[in-house]
Amino acid sequence: MEVNGPKVYLRLGGMNIITQTTAASFAVMLLLCIAGYFLGRNLKKRPGRMQVLTEKGVSMLYGLVEETMGKHNAYWTPYIGALFLSSLGGSLIGMTGIFRSATSDVSTTITWALMTSFLVWGCTIKNSGLKSFLKGYINPLNIVSDIAQPVSMAFRHFGNIMGGGVLTSILYTGLAGLSSLIVGAVRSNGWLVTGVTALAGALLLLLGFKKKKLAPKLFGAVFAAVAVAAALELLGVFREIPILEVGIPAVLSLYFDIFSGGIQALVFSLLTMVYVGMACPPREEKEKQEKTGN
Amino acid sequence: MGEIVRAAAVLGAGLCMGIGAIGPALGEGNAVGKALEGMARQPEAASTLRTNMILGCAITESTGIYSLVIAILLIFAVR
Repeated sequence: MEVNGPKVYLRLGGMNIITQTTAASFAVMLLLCIAGYFLGRNLKKRPGRMQVLTEKGVSMLYGLVEETMGKHNAYWTPYIGALFLSSLGGSLIGMTGIFRSATSDVSTTITWALMTSFLVWGCTIKNSGLKSFLKGYINPLNIVSDIAQPVSMAFRHFGNIMGGGVLTSILYTGLAGLSSLIVGAVRSNGWLVTGVTALAGALLLLLGFKKKKLAPKLFGAVFAAVAVAAALELLGVFREIPILEVGIPAVLSLYFDIFSGGIQALVFSLLTMVYVGMACPPREEKEKQEKTGN
Repeated sequence: MGEIVRAAAVLGAGLCMGIGAIGPALGEGNAVGKALEGMARQPEAASTLRTNMILGCAITESTGIYSLVIAILLIFAVR
């Protein structure tokens, strides 16, 4: 069971320059650019299907940003959209099998979290001046919360995606062992047992289709698959056929990669919006703050 | 000497994940329960309640995820 970090392709001067994560991130960026180019091209008055979808997405994004950060902060939307799409893409790219998902590497999520923190500090300094920014650090609680904020955002996103990856790979190993156990047991008892299994599989399938019931069909399919695999191995065509690994991990990755990838992207963008929104109060509220001098 | 360290690390990973799962489970159960009460009381607010519930659960889960990360590090990074 190989559970390891991203492979390092190029290491220069004591630093990893190109790793699997860099390749995955650049692939995500390339895909987003291509999508952006094609979706933004020849926009017509009477929009086609794709244009309507894109417009819906963009307007939903603007609505979310204005609702969370206030109307005056609507200019943050491109950044929030880019963050959301690259996080979502970074998690989903791992499912293609070619790349390792970019967000299951702590350096990606720490970079995004630090970007959010620098935005927050920058906005606070721009809006209420350096003096009051430093004054805020008199009680040490602020220091702790300013450190905990990026760390918690980074590790929440990283932990979810990496944890899903580890659990999926553990399941793969478990299923491989299970299927080689079953097929091995059938094969080692020679042709008689293989024939009996095949017969049982055929009978169950027949029963299932006649009575239109799902359970016999499923079991029939599994029995037939085991019998076929055992027969092939008996004939020496294949040494080991992992039949059980086909269906089940796909369901698991449906939850871990898609659902929790989407949720983590949404949570990360939402927290960024909330923190930056707090740091940039609306214009009139700022004048009121200066008047009351708090 | 290495075996004891490895055994302790794996044991620690088990404890860490086990204990780390109690808190978020209670918190999320409570959050989902209250959200469902709200939905029952006001079905028309169900969609906003649902999104806020999911987001709240995702943020509550973060402490459980930290213990998951530590447990995985203990298992795979301690040689």
